Amino acid sequence: MLKDITLGQFFPGDTPVHRLDPRSKILLLIVFIVALFMASGWAGYGLMILVTALCMAISHISPRNIFKGLKPMLLIIVFTAALNLLYTQGTPLFPGWPITREGLDRSIAMVLRIVLLIAGTFLLTYTTSPMALTDGMERLLNPLKKIGLPVHEITMMMSMALRFIPTLIEETDKIMSAQKARGADFENGNLLQRAKALLPILVPLFVSSFRRADELAVAMESRCYHGGSGRTRMKQLHFQALDLWALALGALLLAAMILLRHFGL
Amino acid sequence: MEPIIRFENVHFSYPEGEREILCGINLEITEGSFVAVLGHNGSGKSTLFKHMNAILLPTSGKVWVRDMDTADEDKLLDIRRTVGMVFQNPDNQIVANVVEDDVAFAPENLGVPSEEIRQRVDAALKQVGMYEFRMHAPHLLSGGQKQRVAIAGVLAMQPKVLALDEPTAMLDPQGRKEVIDTVTRLCREKGMTVVLITHHMEECIGADRLVVMSNGSIVADGTPLEVFSQVELMEREGLDVPETTRVLHELGLPKTAMDPESCAAIIAGAKS
Repeated sequence: MLKDITLGQFFPGDTPVHRLDPRSKILLLIVFIVALFMASGWAGYGLMILVTALCMAISHISPRNIFKGLKPMLLIIVFTAALNLLYTQGTPLFPGWPITREGLDRSIAMVLRIVLLIAGTFLLTYTTSPMALTDGMERLLNPLKKIGLPVHEITMMMSMALRFIPTLIEETDKIMSAQKARGADFENGNLLQRAKALLPILVPLFVSSFRRADELAVAMESRCYHGGSGRTRMKQLHFQALDLWALALGALLLAAMILLRHFGL
Repeated sequence: MEPIIRFENVHFSYPEGEREILCGINLEITEGSFVAVLGHNGSGKSTLFKHMNAILLPTSGKVWVRDMDTADEDKLLDIRRTVGMVFQNPDNQIVANVVEDDVAFAPENLGVPSEEIRQRVDAALKQVGMYEFRMHAPHLLSGGQKQRVAIAGVLAMQPKVLALDEPTAMLDPQGRKEVIDTVTRLCREKGMTVVLITHHMEECIGADRLVVMSNGSIVADGTPLEVFSQVELMEREGLDVPETTRVLHELGLPKTAMDPESCAAIIAGAKS
């Protein structure tokens, strides 16, 4: 079950999407999200689906991987759909039913929004190595250093967190097996009982994480880590023609969505 | 030859602890040599290790790396790039999600120009035989491979000394062999000074010099042959000696060799 967590996963490749500068990809994701929230009619949603599908095709990311990432969000998606379906005022679909036409439209729109939002985000993390991603973020946030934001420290923490996700998942699996072997039961019982059963996993996990953090800090210092000052990079970021084109297309998408919204499509 | 690391009457105890962990260590490590430090848990060998690059500072006494005092904070980066450290748990010293990014971490910290980092990373990965894995995710590698990546990460700093604290403790026999072979080769072929902290007797046989620690003191120091010949002392410390040495000892023959062929010759010679 824990193996399904796809957060922070990266599929190496050599497609135009992979080759884009991480900064452009982060900016494009923001444009994508804004455009998505601009969508108000079916034409708008249709365009967004098309764009997402196109990006997936170019980057050779199979829809299966995107859906795998959606799995943990399933509950939220179903919940959102049900709430919108049941609690939207309007003309009933059939006389006497609580479900309205507007409710149906809205719940489909909301589900599309969530799914596309997640798909877009996964497209970024699947096609960008975590190092490049945090590096790009550091560069983008750099101006905020002037107002005292510790940009390097934040992005370093992010990349460490991403690095340790698989390690901690592995460790959780190990602790769970150890507890199961001693008769712990994680599958049965009501929600409260199952939550309680998780406690004997969390405590050792926490303790070992602190030990890990301590060892990691010593190892980093031994490799001359002394903060962000005077640091260089092996892989320097370069904007290329490809990035210009991609950003231009992003701007075009945003313009198209604004127009569609204006005409209420 | 000038020693590259010199311990001068080093005492160490933790501020809150009453027990002294290092009790007057005097040790000189010659450049280009392979020194193994053998000892039980709690013998102080890991504490000794942490003194070599100023992770810990002596309570009294001095540690010198070349002509730099480890207590001198201005020299900290120079000391750390001279003495590269590899730790026990490979997972807790790998900082990046891609092998080559991890190896690049130290030179990036040192502000080395990009093109040179690239060269150093490739060279370091080739030295440990992990070049084909440069694009892999570290968590999918075996323990021995991870530890070799960790060694490459240190080599990319171009240190003079490679110090390893029980690098094989968490590995299977295959991984253990990979790591020890790599380290031995680095010493013999590249002239790297190696300090290997371990509690596995077998890993010390190939060393130039073997130091045995117990309760914060050095109790034996010499070539592996000399040290292992002191069978009673080793037994008192609860440490193993090679089977060949043990056989010669039981037979009451002179312990002048460790490899099976020479030992067989000694036994055959004694019989006739």
